[in-house]
Amino acid sequence: MNISKSPWVLHYDGSSCNGCDIEVLATMTPLYDVERFGIINTGNPKHADVLLLTGGVNAQTAPVIRQLYNMMPDPKVVVACGICACDGGIFKECYNILGGADKVVPVDVYVPGCAVRPEALIEGVVKAVGILEEKRKKLKESMKVGYCTVDYSKIAVHMTADDYDPSNQYDAVLTEEALREQAEEKIKATAKPAPKPAPAAAKPAPAPANAAPAANNDVKGENS
Amino acid sequence: MTVAMIVRALLYILLAPFIGALLSGVDRVFSARMQGRVGPPIIQPLYDVNKLLHKQTTVVNSIQVLFVTVYLVFTIFTGTLFFAGGDMLLVFFALSMSEVMLVLAAFSTNGPYSIMGAQRELLQMMCYEPMTLLVAIGFYYANGSFMVNDLMKAELPAIAQIPGFFIGFAFILIIKLRKSPFDLSTSHHMHQEMVKGLTTDLSGHNLAFVEIAEWYDTVLMMGIVGMFFVTSNPISYLWAVIACAVVFFLETLIDNLFPRVKYKTMLIVTWSVILVFAGTNLLILNVLK
Repeated sequence: MNISKSPWVLHYDGSSCNGCDIEVLATMTPLYDVERFGIINTGNPKHADVLLLTGGVNAQTAPVIRQLYNMMPDPKVVVACGICACDGGIFKECYNILGGADKVVPVDVYVPGCAVRPEALIEGVVKAVGILEEKRKKLKESMKVGYCTVDYSKIAVHMTADDYDPSNQYDAVLTEEALREQAEEKIKATAKPAPKPAPAAAKPAPAPANAAPAANNDVKGENS
Repeated sequence: MTVAMIVRALLYILLAPFIGALLSGVDRVFSARMQGRVGPPIIQPLYDVNKLLHKQTTVVNSIQVLFVTVYLVFTIFTGTLFFAGGDMLLVFFALSMSEVMLVLAAFSTNGPYSIMGAQRELLQMMCYEPMTLLVAIGFYYANGSFMVNDLMKAELPAIAQIPGFFIGFAFILIIKLRKSPFDLSTSHHMHQEMVKGLTTDLSGHNLAFVEIAEWYDTVLMMGIVGMFFVTSNPISYLWAVIACAVVFFLETLIDNLFPRVKYKTMLIVTWSVILVFAGTNLLILNVLK
């Protein structure tokens, strides 16, 4: 109810042919008028709730998409618009295309089509808003338990192309579920020897998570 | 300090955000209809702020929270002072103080778009500050007092003596309400060259506070517009409300008609309008007195 009435959208063009971008903008026009549902196309990740991605992801846009995703405040959802954003589409075999948007950030709704129809796009955003609402509830619960759903130690973005390693990119943005599982495991592990209240036990959880990327970076540094 | 003053102050504090939100919603619906769209529900701004209050707040610089809160507090203080019947000069000085707080909040983030928005906001203040001061002086010339309480007991509506000031004030309202030809510091529509200007680096609670402060500000501005028509006669309040509605509609119309201008054009146009209308009016008043 809180969020579903005013989802603000951020649109980013991964490497699209502009077909889907035009359709995204078409939803704002008098014919479709998504402002009826309170949807605003903001250009600002810090105000956005829904990230619309068009086009496949290449090495140049991957860090940008990750940065945009990281800058958006929780709760947030990602909608992949068009077949290219879903899995790479016709450009999938290109040397520079990594694949769909889900190679870089966790995608919640896939809206296929070439180009995506505005009606399908609106349907996709409406689905995304439903997920957003669920995420808000989870966020509220997790805040009560005492752990954060965003791992801020991993928010730093590697901006150079040779810094980019597709194998660990997806990991860098932990989904809420992954963090929740991690934290619950930690709670279980620490609760065994001395039963403590959950918030206190959850505290040491971030430490190992911090250590992992640091170690990764060290290895990378040695390699280069 | 009478009971009536306290009641009016409390009414302002409690009702102004809702009236401001409704005005903002009406503005969005009007804009949509002018563009041939259906537009959002009228209470959409309330939905927006409710959502922002339930989102995570990312803070770039912790002092930003202080500045934004002080901005809200000062705006409420300004409006309360006005509606309680306080000093017109103090109202306008406190208003500039609150604006400065918002500018500081934007400067403190160190973001390029925020800083650009903050610098433009300072330019905007340079454009409208002379007029706000002149309005206070104009009311003094018309009724011989800076106190809103005394101005309300006037025999003749102030507009009869200071119509030039009214035109000047309605003109700078375009800047104050952040409407299109002069919305240099924040763009309310779509993504444009400076993203969201002043509010680019604000999110969650902070952005909600700025929105609420703007609602209070809108009601205050409409109150000042109404002051030009209020006399001791109760029927004059009806004229004041009609005048507010007309001015607000004109602002929305102007918003939809004109593209944004450069700051130099804004400076020249606003100062010319102020000089021609308010200046001439002031001169005539001086000669007649």
